[in-house]
Amino acid sequence: MAYAASGHLETSTGLDNRKLLMWLFLASDCLFFGSFIAAYLLYRDRSLVGPYPEDLFDIPFTSVSAFILLMSSVSMVLALAAIQRGNVRNMQIWLFTTAALGTLFISGQAYEFTEFNQEGLGLSTNLFGTTFFVLTGFHGAHVTIGVLILVSLFVVSLRGGVQQKDSLTIELAGLYWHFVDIVWIVIFTLIYLIQP
Amino acid sequence: MTLADYRAKRGEPLIKEEEEHAHADHHPNALEYAQIGLILAVITAAEVGLYYIDMDHSLLVAVLIMLSIAKFAMVVLWFMHLKFDANVFSVLFVSGMALTFAVFIVVIAAQRGHLV
Amino acid sequence: MTSIAVPRRSPLSEALKGARRAAEDHSSIWSWLATVDHKRIGVLYGISAFIFFLAGGVEALLLRTQLAQPNADVLNPDQFNRLFTMHGTTMVFLVVMPMSSAFFNLMVPLMIGARDVAFPRLNAFSYWTFLAGAIFLNASFFTGDIFAGELGAPDGGWFGYAPLNLERYTPGHGMDFWMLGIQMLGIASLAGGFNFIVTILNMRAPGMTLFRMPVFVWMTLVTSFLIIFAMPVIAVALFELTFDRLFGANFFNPEAGGNPLLWQHMFWLFGHPEVYILILPAFGVISEILPTFSRKPLFGYPFVVFSGIAIGFMSWGVWVHHMYTTGLGTIANSAFGVSTILIAIPTGIKIFNWMGTLWGGSIRMTAPLMFAVGTVAMFTIGGLSGVTHSMVPSDFQQQDSYYVVAHFHYVLFGGAIFGLFGGIYYWFPKFTNKLMNDGWGHVHFWLMLIGFNLTFFPMHMSGLLGMPRRIYTYDSEMGWNLWNLMSSVGAFIIAISVAIFMVNFVISLRRGKEAGTDPWDGRTLEWTIPSPPPEYNFKEIPRVHARDEFWHQKYREDETGRVVPALAGGAVEPETEHAEGAEHGGGHGHGIHLPSPSYMPLIASLGFPIVATGLIYDYALVPVGFALILVGLFGWAMEPATEEED
Repeated sequence: MAYAASGHLETSTGLDNRKLLMWLFLASDCLFFGSFIAAYLLYRDRSLVGPYPEDLFDIPFTSVSAFILLMSSVSMVLALAAIQRGNVRNMQIWLFTTAALGTLFISGQAYEFTEFNQEGLGLSTNLFGTTFFVLTGFHGAHVTIGVLILVSLFVVSLRGGVQQKDSLTIELAGLYWHFVDIVWIVIFTLIYLIQP
Repeated sequence: MTLADYRAKRGEPLIKEEEEHAHADHHPNALEYAQIGLILAVITAAEVGLYYIDMDHSLLVAVLIMLSIAKFAMVVLWFMHLKFDANVFSVLFVSGMALTFAVFIVVIAAQRGHLV
Repeated sequence: MTSIAVPRRSPLSEALKGARRAAEDHSSIWSWLATVDHKRIGVLYGISAFIFFLAGGVEALLLRTQLAQPNADVLNPDQFNRLFTMHGTTMVFLVVMPMSSAFFNLMVPLMIGARDVAFPRLNAFSYWTFLAGAIFLNASFFTGDIFAGELGAPDGGWFGYAPLNLERYTPGHGMDFWMLGIQMLGIASLAGGFNFIVTILNMRAPGMTLFRMPVFVWMTLVTSFLIIFAMPVIAVALFELTFDRLFGANFFNPEAGGNPLLWQHMFWLFGHPEVYILILPAFGVISEILPTFSRKPLFGYPFVVFSGIAIGFMSWGVWVHHMYTTGLGTIANSAFGVSTILIAIPTGIKIFNWMGTLWGGSIRMTAPLMFAVGTVAMFTIGGLSGVTHSMVPSDFQQQDSYYVVAHFHYVLFGGAIFGLFGGIYYWFPKFTNKLMNDGWGHVHFWLMLIGFNLTFFPMHMSGLLGMPRRIYTYDSEMGWNLWNLMSSVGAFIIAISVAIFMVNFVISLRRGKEAGTDPWDGRTLEWTIPSPPPEYNFKEIPRVHARDEFWHQKYREDETGRVVPALAGGAVEPETEHAEGAEHGGGHGHGIHLPSPSYMPLIASLGFPIVATGLIYDYALVPVGFALILVGLFGWAMEPATEEED
């Protein structure tokens, strides 16, 4: 990092380098998910053989898991609010909650994948299988990485490594987590709820 | 080494100026976050409910999309704090979104026009 | 380093201490592996890019030897396919992009008055990931029985069109190496893109507003934005291809209803911004060279900057011009024809501004200037053939013919490569304190210019006479013999010119004339610091009051408007001494703190080729690779950015 002679870090925009980096990354990641979603939408209704979405989608189940992920965003922002007020204990509780909800979401995904698979939908079966598993798989991978980050922060905080002055780190983790959540909002609506 | 030691070594204050300002601006409190969470849950329930109602398909699509946009906006503006943060972040994120949206439009138009 | 719990004085802890000490010993090779210094990373990028330039050049010479005469059998069709695939892939991803990264790294922090980039370890990670991907890609050559002439390299073209890129049409592992290798290169570029945007936005010296930045920095900024938005699209396309080839997915599989055209859309959505990623850095370089050797400011600075930004935006709206002949129909073709014609305008604006810079200037015809002027001239020719491509009816004749090959070599070689060579001659003195021999630089330039035009101009003819691309031989009665022979001769002339450059480079390193701080009477901040720059770059971060700040420190205009030296009291002595108390690593209160070296970026990047190899050969390697990435990332996150005091 560039330091002035005084050793104090200043930036030309006044914005923190890491926060700027995270927002750039999220803007870039929009195109990543956008491309996969576009492929899904393009190939919707073009599968030559089944099973088809209407055969497999369990909307009540998926809406519960969507709800869980949304609530994990609430717990995430509460964790940030806690550490910004200097309350390490509450931050830990909310971090743990977020990670747990995230894990619950992934378990739900795993269950859904297994169910669909048993009903005869594989990666190679048709266009639906290909586009669905790859899109939601990459989203699940993003959630998993998020859980890993949250758990790591939780463990570091148990050793006193996260204090009020470190709230930016939690904020950055939160930005990533919320992004993963809003991608699911888009996927849930476009892929599950809106059937042709 | 913790972030604390790291900043102390560099002669930086424990809490940086920008971080203090973040507190000085209107900052939603825990209650407000919980309220937004409740709204998000209600909207999700409404979306699911609408899914089961027999209605004109185009209308359903329009309403579902608008509700999703509302959820999306709430998470981005409040949880991700974009509403209160520097404009630069909004510009960056909106650019990414706009480009993505443009790609969507092109793909759907191309599909409708049997171009792909 | 990492705070892992290791018993004191164990062999492991001693080894770790040794590695850590070696990392800080600038003369050791370990220090290169652990470097986070943008100048060293720039050198690494530059050397790597040049080595791959030679590799891509050898591939080209082999191709041209085969094509020199009709019905030759120097190469069989399979070898030809692999060589032209690798030639294109190498030149785009392993030469022009990393050479541009070399310049971003070497120059941007110096030009904005910073001590390093925003994220030095991320910077190192970019380099090592690039190198890993580059080596991985080239390793494919050896996966066939190479002594029997079987090359295992990818064979689907640098653009990898579907359905040819699917396993049933390109069996073997060549395309697997291609798709995974480019994926790694994409990660490296993305990381670099993020890093330079934050660096340029956040780390400018006090007083350096965006409109006081050198044009090279502006072009780096625009290029970086193009990278962060375009690379995800190709990443998705490559992932989709990976799933198709390795796991039986159906993204491009017509038998399951998939549409191969989806690949082309995604590839060119990335690909067109990519060609601007390839040219804008070189445009930035010549925008620095031309004013210096004209002793005039860049003509129309705001126009050059805004046209660069305009090109960035407009590059997203033209991709279909690569697909006019795929049957999309009149409406789509016409719309993109119009947008493509329009994108010529901002580039034309730049050309006029460069010419305006030279006009009326006090020109010094040094080697860098020759290359800069050559860039403008050659790119103009390539731009003109590009305009003919933008017209749909004429493109229907030109598509997939050698006319296209002529076009893109004029813009990429004549444009980007010539510009980057200019940059090498221009900034060599700053990093070595030696001047390259200018006379031999001229020889290099003229020989390369002649060879280049001899190679590629005839391709306009052979293309218009109907010679298709990507054919390994042709019949004697086609009327293409003379043109091909000329191209092949030209290619070898280029090779000779490159050899001259290499000899000049090495000899100048050893015995070149001493350059000093400001050999060219430059205009920008890099010329205010010693050659080579000290590790911390600037003893004191400069205060900037104007565009071309250094020029304004040295000169002012008198009553008649003539440029005269600034008054003695106002001139600032270029820095010649090292700062007091400046040490790398831990300071003693007032020293300049520099980021500590780290092996973690290297460790993390090594995981990628292991994952990729595992995906192709043995899935057991995949978790190993991921584990290594995780270890590297965790180590990176846990270690402090600056040295702990022992």
